[in-house]
Amino acid sequence: MAEKILTRNFHLPGSHTLALYRETGGYAGLEKALAMKPAEITEAVKRSNLRGLGGAGFPTGVKWGFLPKGHPGPIYLVINADEGEPGTFKDRYLLEKDPHALLEGMIISAYAIGAHVAFVYIRGEYVQPWRIFSRAVAEAYEAGLLGKNIGSSGFDLDVIVHRGAGAYICGEETGLISSLEGKKGWPKLKPPFPAIRGAFGAPTIVNNVETICHVPHIVRRGAEWFASLGTKTQGGTRLYSVSGHVERPGVYELPVSVTLRELVYEHAGGVPHGKRLKAVVPGGSSAALLTADEIDVTLDVDGLRNAGTMAGSAGVIVMDETVSIPEALMVVARFYAHESCGQCTPCRESTGWIYKMTRRIIEGRGRKEDLDTILDVARRGAGTTICAFFDGAVGPYISYIEKFRHEFEALISK
Amino acid sequence: MVKLTIDGKEVEVREGTNIIEAARRLGIEVPHYCYHPGLSIAGQCRLCMVELGNNPRPQIGCNTQVAEGMVVRTDTPKVLETRQSIMEFHLINHPLDCPVCDQAGECWLQIYYMKHGLYEPRMVDEKVHKPKAVPLGSHVILDAERCILCSRCVRFCDEITGTGELGIFDRGDHSEIGLFPGRELANPYSANVIDICPVGALTDRDFRFAVRVWYLDTAKSICPGCSRGCNIEVHVNVRRPHHNQGRRVARLKPRFNAEVNRWWICDAGRYGGKFVDDASRLGAPARGRGEAAIEVGWEEMIPLIASQLRRYRPDEIGVLASPNMANEDLFLLRRLVDHLRLIHVDFRVPPRTPGDEDRILIKADKNANTRGAELIGLGPRPGGLDAHGMLRAARERRIKCLWVFHHDLLASAWPEAEVGEALRAVECFIYQGSNSNGVSTAAHYVLPSAAWVERDGTFTNFEGRVQRFWKAVDPLGLSLADWEILGRIGEAFGLGAPPARAEDCFKALAASAAPFAGLSYRELKDTGKVVAA
Ligand SMILES: Cc1cc2nc3c(=O)[nH]c(=O)nc-3n(C[C@H](O)[C@H](O)[C@H](O)COP(=O)(O)O)c2cc1C
Ligand code: SF4
Ligand code: SF4
Ligand code: FES
Repeated sequence: MAEKILTRNFHLPGSHTLALYRETGGYAGLEKALAMKPAEITEAVKRSNLRGLGGAGFPTGVKWGFLPKGHPGPIYLVINADEGEPGTFKDRYLLEKDPHALLEGMIISAYAIGAHVAFVYIRGEYVQPWRIFSRAVAEAYEAGLLGKNIGSSGFDLDVIVHRGAGAYICGEETGLISSLEGKKGWPKLKPPFPAIRGAFGAPTIVNNVETICHVPHIVRRGAEWFASLGTKTQGGTRLYSVSGHVERPGVYELPVSVTLRELVYEHAGGVPHGKRLKAVVPGGSSAALLTADEIDVTLDVDGLRNAGTMAGSAGVIVMDETVSIPEALMVVARFYAHESCGQCTPCRESTGWIYKMTRRIIEGRGRKEDLDTILDVARRGAGTTICAFFDGAVGPYISYIEKFRHEFEALISK
Repeated sequence: MVKLTIDGKEVEVREGTNIIEAARRLGIEVPHYCYHPGLSIAGQCRLCMVELGNNPRPQIGCNTQVAEGMVVRTDTPKVLETRQSIMEFHLINHPLDCPVCDQAGECWLQIYYMKHGLYEPRMVDEKVHKPKAVPLGSHVILDAERCILCSRCVRFCDEITGTGELGIFDRGDHSEIGLFPGRELANPYSANVIDICPVGALTDRDFRFAVRVWYLDTAKSICPGCSRGCNIEVHVNVRRPHHNQGRRVARLKPRFNAEVNRWWICDAGRYGGKFVDDASRLGAPARGRGEAAIEVGWEEMIPLIASQLRRYRPDEIGVLASPNMANEDLFLLRRLVDHLRLIHVDFRVPPRTPGDEDRILIKADKNANTRGAELIGLGPRPGGLDAHGMLRAARERRIKCLWVFHHDLLASAWPEAEVGEALRAVECFIYQGSNSNGVSTAAHYVLPSAAWVERDGTFTNFEGRVQRFWKAVDPLGLSLADWEILGRIGEAFGLGAPPARAEDCFKALAASAAPFAGLSYRELKDTGKVVAA
């Protein structure tokens, strides 16, 4: 059994308290970090091969390096706890079971990038995680771990917890920033990227909850140790949210070099009731789906990219032989039509159009040309939009139809 | 300056220019909807795609600034295909109700579909339905189904007027333009959103179903509504006289002038041209008061006016010119005043309520040519009375002949009783103007002036910019441009043959009034010139 890092305390009662966190070695990384130079921390994060675990898989240290050097005004750290990607529920566990891990990671990261204010943007539906995390913030203030002169280091940090209002697009980092600024959650044009002009016009680093939770361990145990846990291009473990047709759905912490087959069959117990596996979505609903014979892939960012899909948020959705892929696509298409922010034309119009076509097919009113129209519309829209939302929708549109075209055609010829 | 290549042609532009503007310099049009040079970059329509260097993924031109040595292509198969797709996306939920849409004929969906669309329609599903014919304010009406959600109107209200009435509500293909709760689109510039709306979503309640735009003729002009002198276009309907209830001036539209009004005009100016086709227009010269008034021809009227002006001593005559007369008119009037050695001359009449003013365009001085009247010298001559003094002198029967241009003195800041008494006291009251008003009915002689859209001329705005306006329609009835009337009266006093064209008056003005020296219609071009201080 591989070592648990982020989830090591999950089974302990009171894992969310400062007392227990401290007992189990918590905030030791912070002490070490505050004695380091900020640039050394960023260097360590780079060497650790930590990659963003929110969806895009971007190397975290490299992103921090994009901040302007010697910036005179404020710099912000924003924690993305919106966790909206269907099939993903790991950040919720981190917030509820180990909120101080996130706080320690935030203090170290803020110190590294020179931020004195950090925002945590929590999904609106996450009431319990918000309560627990807010309590942890209060505890940390009381213990002098937040506020002025943290641990007599001279470093100040304030944490502001902000609740979202229930929009998937507010998980996209610039949509999140708009929402945080009090505006409609519309993604922003890039360039400029948030590291140059982000929240309230200031340079901003947006990172996922889980990404930041790894930082104290990297500081404490070294970048090389962290890098060695994973593959050549991605270090560490990550949390896989497994749902659907498996014996034991749940969150699994595993090195990123684990294969999808191992995850589904060894860790999650395989497909129940003797049913056959049909397909697996490996990285949240925006990832292209893999068929039952495509699951011998490693679950790191590059392994899945090479397999024509993506690691995304590591939300693993398992479908057995009873699942109708056309119906699954209709559900996914409805989600994207409903959640498109509507700002840019290709996404706004084609998500709705594709949903209508998939629904028509399910209702038995499909037309021969519909499948090619969906594929064509998806391909033509891909890469033309303001944010990656639409490219995320294209993943399922194309893969579900290309890999299970016969199931769609069967519905159409009826 | 930055040098780059667009479709193989080199161009040099200022740093910070975007690809759309740089291409425009080469005469290459990058189609776009959401980009507007007067507003922030939104990047929402995604139509302005171009290819940059070796990047296989087209990028939007509006949010891409030029860089030294950049290689841009606007004509590759990939760009053309992307444009076509984006056109299809813009149109799948559009109601295609062009036959009943006021925008038809000047709609960028129609124009770009023909240029960049031309695909076989594939959308067979029910379109999204949204509110139609929703008044947003007194001038603007919304059809949300026609809206392409480019957000130009929203940005206008956020960035130009700062009033923020509009927003985009809901999400996805249910997104919808609308007013924030409790708001109304009632800012003084509201109708500009009609001009910048690239489609028929926002149309003009005043122009609604009035005339198809392809029947309109246009002329360049200047708004006479205040001393800013916003550049406008006058759109007239003469080809379908049975449309638009016989109103010839169908609408006024802003015309870009970087130095004056940029892309905008105010609502007061836009809807201020109604007097041109109003029933109150004076169509023929007339003599005699009230019931006894009879219409006469100009051949009879000119000698009558001349003989009246001869009957009185110069100090018994008062002339009240108008700061709304063109420079050409004011110059001929000044020439006549000098010739007759009149001393009681003025053009200033205080309004009853002070004009509103803001930091955008609107000026408190609601006259088009106050500066022109000042520069040409229509103030009291040495020893002469100003306008208020003239009225007092009229009441005291020291001034016996009063010649008023355009002013409705009863609507001025002066007490109505005083004005009425003065007008009743004078022996000879000449009124020259385009429309009847409270004072014209008291006149012994009425000289009908052509409205500004019925003639050529120039106004000088508050900062001394002399700007041309052009004739858009023929003068109504027998009315004549003020300079023509004054030229004929001048002829009766031996001042030579009347000028044939407004331009001749301007030439004479430039030759004799120092501030205008060196100017000519040619020099003024479309955007005008500021006179020497
Ligand atoms: C449509 C969309 C939704 C997203 N939702 C989330 C989310 O809920 N949580 C998250 O951490 N990242 C989300 N992301 C990714 C973020 O944009 C961003 O890449 C991430 O927060 C960066 O943090 P990381 O580098 O630590 O992963 C989303 C991206 C897109 C395009
Ligand atoms: S791609 Fe979709 S979600 Fe992203 S900005 Fe455009 S409309 Fe909004
Ligand atoms: S109403 Fe017109 S200007 Fe406003 S968003 Fe729609 S299309 Fe654009
Ligand atoms: S004009 Fe560039 S995206 Fe609309």
